[in-house]
Amino acid sequence: MRTRRFRTVLATVAALAVVGLAGCGGEDSTGTQPGNANSGVTGDVTVFAAASLTESFTKLGKDFEAANPGTTVTYSFAGSSALATQINQGAPADVFASAAPANMKTVTDEGNGDGTPTTFVKNQLVIAVPKGNPGGISGLRDLTEPDVKVALCAEQVPCGAAAKKALDAAGVELTPVTLEQDVKAALSKVKLGEVDAALVYRTDAKSAAADVDGVEFPESAGAINEYPIVVLKNAPNKPAAQAFVEYVLSDPGRAVLTTAGFQAP
Amino acid sequence: MPQLDTTVARPRPAAPRHRPRRVGRIPLALLLPALLGLLFLVLPLAGLLVRAPWTTLPQRLTEPGVLTALRLSLLTATLATLLCLALGVPLAWLLARIEFPGRRIVRALVTVPLVLPPVVGGVALLLVFGRRGLLGSWLDTTFGVTLPFTTTGVVLAEAFVAMPFLVIAVEGALRGADSRYEEAAATLGANRWTTFTHVTLPLVAPGIAAGAVLCWARALGEFGATITFAGNFPGRTQTMPLAVYLALETDLEAAIVLSLILLTVSVAILATLRDRWISAP
Repeated sequence: MRTRRFRTVLATVAALAVVGLAGCGGEDSTGTQPGNANSGVTGDVTVFAAASLTESFTKLGKDFEAANPGTTVTYSFAGSSALATQINQGAPADVFASAAPANMKTVTDEGNGDGTPTTFVKNQLVIAVPKGNPGGISGLRDLTEPDVKVALCAEQVPCGAAAKKALDAAGVELTPVTLEQDVKAALSKVKLGEVDAALVYRTDAKSAAADVDGVEFPESAGAINEYPIVVLKNAPNKPAAQAFVEYVLSDPGRAVLTTAGFQAP
Repeated sequence: MPQLDTTVARPRPAAPRHRPRRVGRIPLALLLPALLGLLFLVLPLAGLLVRAPWTTLPQRLTEPGVLTALRLSLLTATLATLLCLALGVPLAWLLARIEFPGRRIVRALVTVPLVLPPVVGGVALLLVFGRRGLLGSWLDTTFGVTLPFTTTGVVLAEAFVAMPFLVIAVEGALRGADSRYEEAAATLGANRWTTFTHVTLPLVAPGIAAGAVLCWARALGEFGATITFAGNFPGRTQTMPLAVYLALETDLEAAIVLSLILLTVSVAILATLRDRWISAP
């Protein structure tokens, strides 16, 4: 009897567990229409873009939609390496914009790129500190103080790789309190006041200018990230994908990116 | 374990005697969805096994980071379960035995972590226990204690997400338990605490065990709240799920290996506990 009661309890809770254990998953967008050959492009363009492109690409996508009526741009913003894995596992994306050549290479090595990737912007690191810089941080060395809590990106993602490069170049040894999974996670730890500083891209610090100041440091010049973009081989909507990449490389596209703090390649 | 699969039917006055029921034909309407359900649950595991890099497996297993993450995972999940037991069993008792105004609301509140996306749970924990949080800032200024980015933080995040599983299981067991035993203890002069420890707890022990097992399993797999609240640092806050996620960033095979280890260890532990605590079906 007891066993049976236990089983009933277990069954009930197991049902709940299924709900609870269901993790977070990305959303895919399908339902593309074939492009109209004569007059411009139409349909959905699905763009997988590095987390650091969130603000600029969102703006850029709206401009693209306005310039190409009938198109809808859908984004999946995440760490470049996660996106590269998803693409190689068959995610239905049209365009991939990576924050580092290494993650782009993961995709092109598998033959999933259509043509050669183009570098469209460059970005470099700054030290993000809470607004007003209460800790008076002026350079990388200040981050090694024992009472300064620092968040870095994990080395597996581009901002982490760049941070390691910059720290190595400066000869600074630093023990962060956390290695975040992408640059936005590192930035949000500064916004929440949980850390005193984080190494993030200049563009990220700029996008969070209301809560965060970006402190420039000379060693970041040694760790500049190049952002490549490519149309994907299995793009469901290739004409629109092509048009989107061209728009990113066009003058209006570049203007949006420069305003966000990116440098021209 | 010498304990075999023998279901001992204890003589009970009221229990019906016919245990080995005649099994009729299994209705297809039940069998088909049951098998489909099983397939649905098992196929992803098969996927992991098929893609696992068996040739390089021994070498990958001995990588130092793997054991560190596994040890941390087991430690924090166990501590989180103990914390949930210490707080969750009394909470379940309160919900099951005491009539108080707003009990339904409290019961609904207990399940909030179940419906909350774990990442949101992590942010919520930061807003309360973070350095600038409601309680966290007080902890920091008074005791100099900060919880984010510590192993304690991992335990808290896991306990937050896992406790509802325990509370629901134990509350269910308590409501199903025959309250006449407790009433009898009371008429014999036992106070509520004695009744709880000597009558209620033994009565619902299987329910508590089931809840603890689920709680532990959920804590072991916890990802979102942990990485948000406790961050990710090897040896301190990087549990297996976090290690899997980061391995996935660069190396799919490493992620598969880590997943398999976590899976094997947790299934082994759960199977052992189940055999010990609960007479196998």
